[in-house]
Amino acid sequence: METAPTPGKDVPPKKDKLQAKRKKPRRYWEEESTPTATGASPGPPAKKRNQEFRPQRPKNSGVSKKSRISRTPQVPRKARDQKKPQRSLSGAQDPFPGPAPAPVEEAQKFRRIDKSKKIPHSKTKTRSKLEVAEAEEEEASVRAARSELLLVEEPGFLEGEDGEDTAKILQTDIVEAVDIASAAKHFSLNLRQFGPYRLNYSQTGRHLAFGGRRGHVAALDWVTKKLTCEINVMEAVRDIQFLHSETLFAVAQNRWLYIYDNQGIELHCIRRCDRVTRLEFLPFHFLLATASETGFLTYLDVSVGKIVAALNARAGRLSVMAQNPYNAVIHLGHSNGTVSLWSPAVKEPLAKILCHRGAVRAVAVDSTGTYMATSGLDHQLKIFDLRGTFQPLSARTLPQGAGHVAFSQRGLLVAGMGDVVNIWAGQGKASPPSLEQPYLTHRLSGHVHDLQFCPFEDVLGVGHSGGITSMLVPGAAEPNFDGLENNPYRSRKQRQEWEVKALLEKVPAELICLDPRALAEVDVISLEQAKKERIERLGYDPDAKAPFQPKLKQKGRSSTASLVKRKKKVMDKEHRDKVRQSLEQQQKQQQKQEKAKPTGARPSALDRFVR
Amino acid sequence: MCEKQATAMNVTQAAEGLLALSQQEELVDLPSNHPLSASEDEEDGDGERKHQKLLETISSLNGTNRWKLTERSEASLKVSEFNVTSKGSGEKLALSDLLGPAKASSSLDTVKKQLNRVKSKKTLELPLNKEEAERIHREVAFNKTSQILSKWDPIVLNNRQAEQLVFPMEKEPPAYVPIEHAFHGWKATTPLEQEVFNLLNKNKQPVTDPLLTPMEKASLKAMSLEEAKMRRAELQRARALQSYYEARARREKKIKSKKYHKIVKKGKAKKALKDFEQLQKVDPNAALEELEKIEKARMMERMSLKHQNSGKWAKSKAIMAKYDLEARQAMQEQLAKNKELTQKLQVISESEGEEGEAEEEEPLVPDAVNEVQMNGGGTNPWMFRKYNGDAKEGEIQADPEDPEQLPETVAHEFSESEEDERPVEEEEVLLQEFEEKRSLRKRSELNHNAKPVDSQETKDSNCQEVLSELRVLSQKLNKKNHQSQKQKVNSVAATLQVQGEEPAPEEEESLLLQKPERVQTMEELEQLGKEEYSENKDLPRPVLEREQIERTPRNQLDAPKEKTKKEQMIDLQNLLTTKSPSVKSLAVPTAIEELEDEVDRDQKQMIKEAFAGDDVIREFLKEKREAVKANKPRDVDLTLPGWGEWGGVGLKPSAKKRRRFLIKAREGPPRKDKNLPNVIINEKRNIHAAAHQVRVLPYPFTHHQQFERTIQNPIGSTWNTQRAVQKLTTPKVITKPGHIIKPIKAEDVGYCSSKSDLSVIQNNGKQLSRHQQKKLKKNSD
Repeated sequence: METAPTPGKDVPPKKDKLQAKRKKPRRYWEEESTPTATGASPGPPAKKRNQEFRPQRPKNSGVSKKSRISRTPQVPRKARDQKKPQRSLSGAQDPFPGPAPAPVEEAQKFRRIDKSKKIPHSKTKTRSKLEVAEAEEEEASVRAARSELLLVEEPGFLEGEDGEDTAKILQTDIVEAVDIASAAKHFSLNLRQFGPYRLNYSQTGRHLAFGGRRGHVAALDWVTKKLTCEINVMEAVRDIQFLHSETLFAVAQNRWLYIYDNQGIELHCIRRCDRVTRLEFLPFHFLLATASETGFLTYLDVSVGKIVAALNARAGRLSVMAQNPYNAVIHLGHSNGTVSLWSPAVKEPLAKILCHRGAVRAVAVDSTGTYMATSGLDHQLKIFDLRGTFQPLSARTLPQGAGHVAFSQRGLLVAGMGDVVNIWAGQGKASPPSLEQPYLTHRLSGHVHDLQFCPFEDVLGVGHSGGITSMLVPGAAEPNFDGLENNPYRSRKQRQEWEVKALLEKVPAELICLDPRALAEVDVISLEQAKKERIERLGYDPDAKAPFQPKLKQKGRSSTASLVKRKKKVMDKEHRDKVRQSLEQQQKQQQKQEKAKPTGARPSALDRFVR
Repeated sequence: MCEKQATAMNVTQAAEGLLALSQQEELVDLPSNHPLSASEDEEDGDGERKHQKLLETISSLNGTNRWKLTERSEASLKVSEFNVTSKGSGEKLALSDLLGPAKASSSLDTVKKQLNRVKSKKTLELPLNKEEAERIHREVAFNKTSQILSKWDPIVLNNRQAEQLVFPMEKEPPAYVPIEHAFHGWKATTPLEQEVFNLLNKNKQPVTDPLLTPMEKASLKAMSLEEAKMRRAELQRARALQSYYEARARREKKIKSKKYHKIVKKGKAKKALKDFEQLQKVDPNAALEELEKIEKARMMERMSLKHQNSGKWAKSKAIMAKYDLEARQAMQEQLAKNKELTQKLQVISESEGEEGEAEEEEPLVPDAVNEVQMNGGGTNPWMFRKYNGDAKEGEIQADPEDPEQLPETVAHEFSESEEDERPVEEEEVLLQEFEEKRSLRKRSELNHNAKPVDSQETKDSNCQEVLSELRVLSQKLNKKNHQSQKQKVNSVAATLQVQGEEPAPEEEESLLLQKPERVQTMEELEQLGKEEYSENKDLPRPVLEREQIERTPRNQLDAPKEKTKKEQMIDLQNLLTTKSPSVKSLAVPTAIEELEDEVDRDQKQMIKEAFAGDDVIREFLKEKREAVKANKPRDVDLTLPGWGEWGGVGLKPSAKKRRRFLIKAREGPPRKDKNLPNVIINEKRNIHAAAHQVRVLPYPFTHHQQFERTIQNPIGSTWNTQRAVQKLTTPKVITKPGHIIKPIKAEDVGYCSSKSDLSVIQNNGKQLSRHQQKKLKKNSD
């Protein structure tokens, strides 16, 4: 039977069969605490389910928000009040005296200085500088944490009633449950003529471009469904990709790479990139990475129209590519089961990871750059940890093997197998998706050809042989957007402003490396080299410790003999220290070796004769 | 005054000389002295002549033409005013002629002496080399200038360390207009205004009442923190100087050698005399005052029974005097002294009186230092303690019996000290209190240290009694302070434990800087301590717990990493062939599930068959081996085949030689993928990225890790809030447009009032021990 509705959850009122099965969409002005009392329900509903879909905007205002500020202020207010009753001109007391409380836990995630790392002893002057830096960092992190308060939007979610599998919830159910605006985001375009489609969302998530194998290329504002352009290039289209803004998009056609504007006018034909199979755009570097059949990975700087680097992967045809949004490293999947990581500054792969026994079919990297999902011909789906170790965290054998995988902004993983799309979710934002239970599944009308989550919308776009489908996936996207960075509602002027700023802040291509934070480190090798050269040039080491010079003493204690004696004493002491240190090291090593030795076999007396 | 005397003396001397002269004339009848005309000589007789002489002498009394030119009796060859011709010509004047006058007079003696000295002196030393002289000059000049400039050091340091400097530096005081002034002569005219005023009146808002309490006003007017600090530093300096002088005086007093003391006394007397002479020349008025002092000392001597052989010592000596010559002499000396002291003085040449005076009055501490004390509001230990016990002071004053009970002289002194205190300005008081707060921690020790090492203590026993009372009071006060101090320390420790490093000192700072609420009495002080303590007590476990909570997830996160590290080598085979669970509930809620296992098995079979040929793992391992090999540093073989032995085709250099000339490459750091079997990480350096990295350590840093820590926090607006960006990128120097930036002045920094103090320090800077100098520096910082 129906359980009593709890105020925190949105239980749709039961209706008669006569009424439309549509559940009443919730409006933001509606109060949470006024659920309509259920009358005599005619019977148990067919499905017991408690769904909740939170579209990004408009938001439910009634949900009690978890306070983002530490509940207990640093200083108890009572004592403060006793001390200083602040009176204003009007005689009213400040209800929140003192500085704003610092959200300690929240600030922790904005800390950049790793204090667990020990640094060598520093002089007072240096220490004061360090202290200043640390104080600045702390203040900045506290400020950032405080401004979290402004992120009012909360991600949506889908919750099954006790024991119910969310994977069994159909798209139609979700569409019924949500408000009209969100329901309008679920649609599918039936385009069977032009074969399997590739699609791409613009960075703001407002625009969608798609290209069919048989030359159909179109771009539209998918929220309003306003078509910006539609052409047929009369050539096979392999991939399509928006450049930095929605005004430009690149299309990988049969022979060469073309760039069109939002009216479908061909702007460029780039013949240096031929037989391109996959396209990726690195937004902060203004680089368009293309992987070609000839085995070349080419980086094209779209801001100046120059090819930055053309790297030969030496692994045959390249058809699997993904970018790591954290460090702008390109991941290429190869037929020998490896995934190679590339940067335009280095001719060889930064790393090579053996992932599968068979060829790699799809690669995806999550937005934090922590996890990589790969699927191979061996029907396995694996999630790798990219933080230095490159070890698989979890793996799962799929009956058909996934041909396409993609990560959402909040870490949901989608895999397309045949005509089925499976979505897995993790526990929280920073956790890898658990492959135990799918979060959602959906069957499409054709075979999946491309998958992409729309940024800032709980929407998954699927390109398949039957056209384009836009699915609702609650909790997929980041609910709060940065209006200065990716503003879905920006006007033309704002876009132009942003374009200029983005161009000014363009990151040079050669800065792409595995650990971007390493750029904030001192180049130790050249530092030491310079030091060496300086020593050679000067003929002595200016930073070296001066040799011990005995102090001058009076009353005959500074005789030559005693001077020599004192010198020797110091020298001997240093020597002793050195010897002691080396002995300790030796002992440690020995202990390690002993530990490493297998203790199973007992040493025999005849071992001494073993050669 | 003195000059007048001197002129008077001259006049009297001249008169005496004249008298003597006239007598001589009468006796010796020297004709040569007086000009007489020949004709007169012939015509007139003796009486006439005498009369004439008398007239002339009288006329010469005015001093103008006392000496007439002598009558030339013989004609000389050359008459010139430049040549002295005595007898005829050809004879020259010798020095010895001048030296031997007819009569030895005292005035000539000195001349003789001088001449003798000139004679006895050997040749003048050569003047110093020009360069050397210049060098010395430069050195002196450098020292002087550096001393003068050293007073700017703290200011310069401050400015260097300041986060931001705004030029021009002088700040205009905030124009604060009390609201009653602002409202003066203003009336609500519009209906809206009237309405507002009505509302205000209804709520009894203080529209016309003075909004500032006198205390607030005082605090507004009070000197700024900087000034107060500066002032305090000066006072500390002065105190240090004083203690130094005191120590020195004590040390010197302890010396037992009589001879030393005699010498010192003589030296002092001489010096005093010299000083007096100098003073006489420079400032006759001051000299007169000095004279008066001497006169006063004489009066005192006359009043007292000192040096009149009536003391204990004198009586004992009197008994001995009969037999002992020395004792007798000593007594006589004393009597002589008495005489000297009681003698009325007119001419100042007598130095003894002064000496005695000096002996008594010479303070152990130079005047300058004492002046500083007075200005500074009692570095005198007595006063100091009283100031500290500001709270107690009121009580003492309130107690009316105290001064009455004291003997009169003491009361007098007491009041004097009070008077000294009074004029100290309000600033001083404020400063004092500020200091009090600041030095709460150290105070107890300081007070103990500052305990009286006073030479004045011995001076007056009566005074001592009073003072001892005072001291008891102050000690009590100190104890109380100490207790509260302890409490405070405890509480601070508690906060330290709870909050970590930073907040505690900050809090303390804020506490110290709090101005408006001053701790007036001991009770308040104690209360304050308690309050804080309780505050900190309340301060919370929760924080600690939270911290722990925060830490734990981190550890958990870290844990798996460590594990992976510990695992030596993961078998690649295992890694790739791990049995991963197959997905059960796949997308399709149809009947696939039942068949799944079978399908799975089939597929595995198929895959195995498909990949039977290409061994992916072996290939990868091979590739990795090659990569490792390629990346290894290579040995350098420097052997020259055929050098030192037979060479030719098929002959190889000997193993020994090869070993000798092989330079082994140093083994680099272990590869990053050493323990990761399925990964090849490129070890090559990204040169292009390295070009963007920092390659020179900036100045104060000695190790790259230190510097890295300072640049780890991004400052861009992409990663920070706007306010944070503004704060992180504030310019170091801001110049207000349209303002003239003038060079810094001493007045701006608050040096003008204390110029004398500074100069004292500069003069005595050399004498201070190194330790003290350090201390001073610390204080001034």
